[in-house]
Amino acid sequence: MTLKPEAGRRLLSTMWRIRAFEERVVQLKRTLQVHGLIHLSIGGEGVAAGVCCQLRDDDAVYSGHRGHGHAIAKGVPLTPMMAELMGRVDGLCHGLGGSMHLVDREHGFMGATGVVGGNLPLAVGDALAARLEGGDRVAVVFFGDGAVQSGNFHESVNLAALWELPVVFVCENNGFAEFTSRAEHSTVERVSDVVAPYGFARETVDGSDVAAVWSAFGGFLSQARKHSGPFLLECLTHRRRGHYEGDAQEYRDESAEREWELRDPIARFQAEVRRRKWVGVPTLEVIESGARAEVEEAVELAKASPFPTPELAASLVYA
Amino acid sequence: MSHEIPYIAAIGEAIQLEMARDEDVLYFGQNIATTENDEFLKAFGSDRVRVTPISETAEIGMAIGAALAGLRPVVELYMAEFMLVAMNQVVNEAPRFRYMSGGRVKVPLVLKAGYGFTAGWAGQHTGSIYGMFTGVPGLKVVLPSTAADAKGLMATAIRDDNPVCYFHHYLLTLEHGEVPDGEYLVPFGQAAIRREGGDVTIVATGYMVDKALAAAESLAAEGISAEVIDPRTLVPLDIETILTSVEKTGRLVLVDQATRYGSPAAAIAADVAEYGFSSLKAPIKQVTALDATIAYSEPMEAFVLPDEAKISAAVHQTLGSAPVAA
Repeated sequence: MTLKPEAGRRLLSTMWRIRAFEERVVQLKRTLQVHGLIHLSIGGEGVAAGVCCQLRDDDAVYSGHRGHGHAIAKGVPLTPMMAELMGRVDGLCHGLGGSMHLVDREHGFMGATGVVGGNLPLAVGDALAARLEGGDRVAVVFFGDGAVQSGNFHESVNLAALWELPVVFVCENNGFAEFTSRAEHSTVERVSDVVAPYGFARETVDGSDVAAVWSAFGGFLSQARKHSGPFLLECLTHRRRGHYEGDAQEYRDESAEREWELRDPIARFQAEVRRRKWVGVPTLEVIESGARAEVEEAVELAKASPFPTPELAASLVYA
Repeated sequence: MSHEIPYIAAIGEAIQLEMARDEDVLYFGQNIATTENDEFLKAFGSDRVRVTPISETAEIGMAIGAALAGLRPVVELYMAEFMLVAMNQVVNEAPRFRYMSGGRVKVPLVLKAGYGFTAGWAGQHTGSIYGMFTGVPGLKVVLPSTAADAKGLMATAIRDDNPVCYFHHYLLTLEHGEVPDGEYLVPFGQAAIRREGGDVTIVATGYMVDKALAAAESLAAEGISAEVIDPRTLVPLDIETILTSVEKTGRLVLVDQATRYGSPAAAIAADVAEYGFSSLKAPIKQVTALDATIAYSEPMEAFVLPDEAKISAAVHQTLGSAPVAA
């Protein structure tokens, strides 16, 4: 699949919206305006944008603890997201879910689970529903390389393959399962190799190359829409921040960090679009400043929202 | 009109009727629909009736995803202990999703699991583990004790918009009972008074209901009038019916096949102590399984579990009277 200028501009603006949102969250967390456990995807925006920008609202995305980017790229509006992170009643989930449990059914962001791997079978079930509905919608699940060693992964992949369900497993392999390197978790380096015996299509791409993610995922998506599946896309990526905000990151190798900085997905793709003459420098600046302004407005609106009141605490336990 | 069928057939009847009524209801699990003659498969086809691998985590997790997408899966788990393999999905995904989403989604799902197979199945297939789920906000917990309730509670469970743990007792499987014909729903949170009485209230669940009724029958011969209450659902719990009964009798014996510490009986005892203390004329008695793994050897199994004699003895203790020698 060939990337065209309009789609390219959308990828760039999506990555900037994610980056601007999360950089602002860093500040808000530091000043305790954002409460609780926060996991950021700065440096990994290429995967979220490359995958989700091709999906429709009726396609289901299941995410995990590091899910802000997936939600934004899937179309979840920034203001209720920011209000949710700030624990406000106008938050996406009325302040009951927080950063790790964003849900926006209208935009097909079906949910994020905080337990590594717990989201994998959910996406398989959603894909089963899609199959029974008979339409062409698909399910996509994001997970890290850490989840691959869990039973959730193996059971879900087996079932999805057995029933040929329209689900795309998107692994963000950032080389760290929480605080431990992949080499200490498994003898299999490439996640795409783990599923080889099932025989379904799989691919490993450079996750910091948004065009490569877009192209590989687009190929799987068009097949999944024709009722085939499952598929696995492994994106070699990086998180520039710690596992969570506040992580001392003693496990990091500084030279590798510098190397990843050069591979930043936004900087790389900006250079690419300039080379292709899709956008000039002034437009690039507008894309970035527009994203930052949108985030700032979201912060102001979120701050104006009150905290939830106690009656909400017990009223939503049962449907 | 009604018909007489075994408890297990009553459960199947409810699932069949609900599947015929609502095409969003799915039924899947291990070892179901393995032959073309399977009645569910014949009636509803292989899209809606699916055999699964031995992958409890994927089965239950997939059911949650299908429920989030608008379907109503019933997962056949056979043994309640198999839910333990998928504890994250049962406890930390299914019941939390609605709440964490601020009410934006619902998870209508039934986990059908047998429990208490105390017939020589030893330590890992005999537990009465429903108490592990009663303390999880968002889950409902159902324990039918009769064929009619087995049908009516299953139908209600399938129509409920929340995850429901439906625990059927293995030793009741072939017990026959009168079951209403056609659509039959038993509401959640409404206890059944199985026998009326004025001297003591006995609360029992599942297989223990028959034991309590047998004890009440022999106590009646001694002139002791016992009221037997079957809560039918532990979540939601009809504590009102229990408190009203205790107000009348002043005495409470709780019979629970689960181990004692942290059991549902203990939770009921706590509620009665808190809200019905002034009605009590004697300390509450709990007749539960011993805090031990169920033993294999038959006499040991009997020693570990509650029975009619233990229930009668507890009633005598609350009345301060000595049991009559048999």
